[in-house]
Amino acid sequence: MRVAVLSGGPSFERQVSIAGAENIVHGLTELGHKAISIDVGRDLIERLTDARVDAAIIVMHGVVGEDGAVQAVLESLGIPHQTPSAMACRRCWDKAITKGLLSDAGIAVPDGVVFDRQPFTSLGAARTLAPVVERLGLPLVVKPARSGSALGVNRAADGSALANAMVGAFSYDDSVIVERFVAGREFGISVIDGEALPAVEILPQDGPEAYDFEARYSIGLVQYECPANLTAEESALLSETAVAAAEALGVNGITRVDLILTPEGVPTVLELNNVPGMTDTSLLPMAAGAAGLSRAQIVAKMLPRG
Amino acid sequence: MTVDDGNSTPPVAQGTATRDLERYAALFAARTGSMKSSAMRDLMAITERPEVISLAGGLPDVSHLPPAMLDAITTSVSTHAVRALQYGPTEGMAKVHEAIQVVMAEEGTLVDSGELLVTTGGQQAIDLVCKTLVDPGDIVLAEGPTYPGAVPTFQAYQADVRQLQMDDDGLDIDLLEQTLDELAAEGKRPKFLYTIPTFQNPAGVTMSLERRKRLVKLAAERELLVVEDSPYSLLRFEGESLPTLRTLDGGNFVIYLGTFSKILAAGLRIGWVAAPRAIRQKMNIGKAGSDLCSSSISQVVVEACIADLDLWRTYLDELRERYQGRRDAMLDSLEHAMPEGSRWTRPRGGLFLWVTLPEQIDTTNLLARALRANVAFVPGRGAYTDGRGGDSMRLNYSGVDEAEIREGVRRIGAVVTEQLELYGEMVGEPLVRQERRRGPRETPPLDAGTPGSLVQFPQRRVNR
Repeated sequence: MRVAVLSGGPSFERQVSIAGAENIVHGLTELGHKAISIDVGRDLIERLTDARVDAAIIVMHGVVGEDGAVQAVLESLGIPHQTPSAMACRRCWDKAITKGLLSDAGIAVPDGVVFDRQPFTSLGAARTLAPVVERLGLPLVVKPARSGSALGVNRAADGSALANAMVGAFSYDDSVIVERFVAGREFGISVIDGEALPAVEILPQDGPEAYDFEARYSIGLVQYECPANLTAEESALLSETAVAAAEALGVNGITRVDLILTPEGVPTVLELNNVPGMTDTSLLPMAAGAAGLSRAQIVAKMLPRG
Repeated sequence: MTVDDGNSTPPVAQGTATRDLERYAALFAARTGSMKSSAMRDLMAITERPEVISLAGGLPDVSHLPPAMLDAITTSVSTHAVRALQYGPTEGMAKVHEAIQVVMAEEGTLVDSGELLVTTGGQQAIDLVCKTLVDPGDIVLAEGPTYPGAVPTFQAYQADVRQLQMDDDGLDIDLLEQTLDELAAEGKRPKFLYTIPTFQNPAGVTMSLERRKRLVKLAAERELLVVEDSPYSLLRFEGESLPTLRTLDGGNFVIYLGTFSKILAAGLRIGWVAAPRAIRQKMNIGKAGSDLCSSSISQVVVEACIADLDLWRTYLDELRERYQGRRDAMLDSLEHAMPEGSRWTRPRGGLFLWVTLPEQIDTTNLLARALRANVAFVPGRGAYTDGRGGDSMRLNYSGVDEAEIREGVRRIGAVVTEQLELYGEMVGEPLVRQERRRGPRETPPLDAGTPGSLVQFPQRRVNR
């Protein structure tokens, strides 16, 4: 099979994408397929057409790769790809929409509010911040509605830090989510074809605040435990929640559900990543390893069947 | 890429990914703990996109080398092909030592060939200084802010970097003296002070003559090694040139670092060290372990370019004139574009200036917003090891033409103003847009930043 591996592109996570794509290319080679690496840019359509590919694997995070844009292009050209449909990608890319749909499906999400930049300057929306702090309580987590890898995510311990955190988050996107900080253990659960892989627990060396961009992509700054130290019941609960979340958003194929297990035992879903990282420190390769799946076997699952 | 069957592929064990991770993590040297991926570095990767006006890089303009110099390069490389294509001495070719002596004499500094070591760019010189002098935990003093490219080098050698404030006259020598006293009281002695006294990177300021004299005197009294990094001193547009620290000190406690990157061509990767002989000797051994010798072909090119001194001097004059025009364009556009409460340095030479914004602005986040407006700068945090610099940025004026400088600065001013407005709304103190200090100008609204426009595909190619 001739398979295009789409990486790079214009997003803030360009470097992460390129590192992950190398792993996919190796996997395809191991399987005996022809990998055609494409750094996505203006010539994408020509390159896809010239290469006469049978399928594509998208290894682009963030804008274009994860927001449904490249999926729409591939779907228009009739090229199968491993990520959910363009529409499902859109639903997951905007964390504000994700939150709403999950909540409607009865899945726990952190209580929060979504703000758009415009009303702050045109409607004086800033005056609503104080009541928000009062209602949600401190500390708060502020994040861009559409961004990946913890870029622009900040914790605000008090009201004045909130203004700074919001200006910071608005640097990345025009919609910002302010939500209650949910304490608990953090997990990444990869779901492939409706089945959950073993949970990976994320244990930053310097406490839960430290799982930021630097920690995510530097080997050794975060410890991962996989399979995680969970009771059979907890493990089943996390898997069920992850699969239910994928279903609620119409996500098929491969995804990674990030969630917090609260001390009360409630799995609270933070977000879905439809192009999970594939670098050596990424969670999906780790979970697959724990499930006894080789790199080649994961890659095989990314290709169209039949 | 295609593999015929499974036989030619090494077997992949179950759970490879997990085990790979653990295996590599366990093998990494402890010092790699300080080598981190950073959001800033990944953001900087997109500044390479052609539609971005980058005021971030430290790129000299190498597009105007005189044709006669290019001819001399090709002739020389073919005439000396064997020497150009063979290994050379670790300390560098004798003729390159001569060229370095000539170049240093241009700023009044006289050195012996025995003090010289040719390096692979000025960057290797910094690395070799650390390799020779720094043990883990050793104290290194530096200016705050300092050259962002030196920070990862200091960190890789696990130096304990202490950064000292500057003002318009460069490093604060009183503060240095006080710091040395405090360290001495703790029984500590810094390994060296790293300084860029002339047209400092990133701040653009120059150490005054009086402070230079005080620094050299203090260094002799305290036996403090001073690493004088001097890539820009020949790129002076205004004012009298000042003696180097190396000249004032006579070569006792000053290690001088030079480079051809900014006065000839950065792609040659040829720099040098002029150090007291004992130090040079150790550095020479250290260099042999790193790369045996710097590129011979590049050294032959340097030789050829400096051989015709008048030609090279004319080239430098043109370079100075071009950079001066660009600096003027940048200063002028900053005046128009930046909101009240911003300030910036006014370099009299070199490639950079340093902008400090109202403290509400975080320039790392601002870079993300600026990239959406297709303009880039270096956030100030990269020039500190201790988290300072969040309200500052470095701007480069040598790498792009005047029109782009004006447009780039206009875009930065617009995003800064936008963020101040937003902040003002949130804290209930709306920003009142200031009357501009100069005449009318057009301020087209910034792109509103819908998700699709967060980052765009290339629209036009920037000439660089």
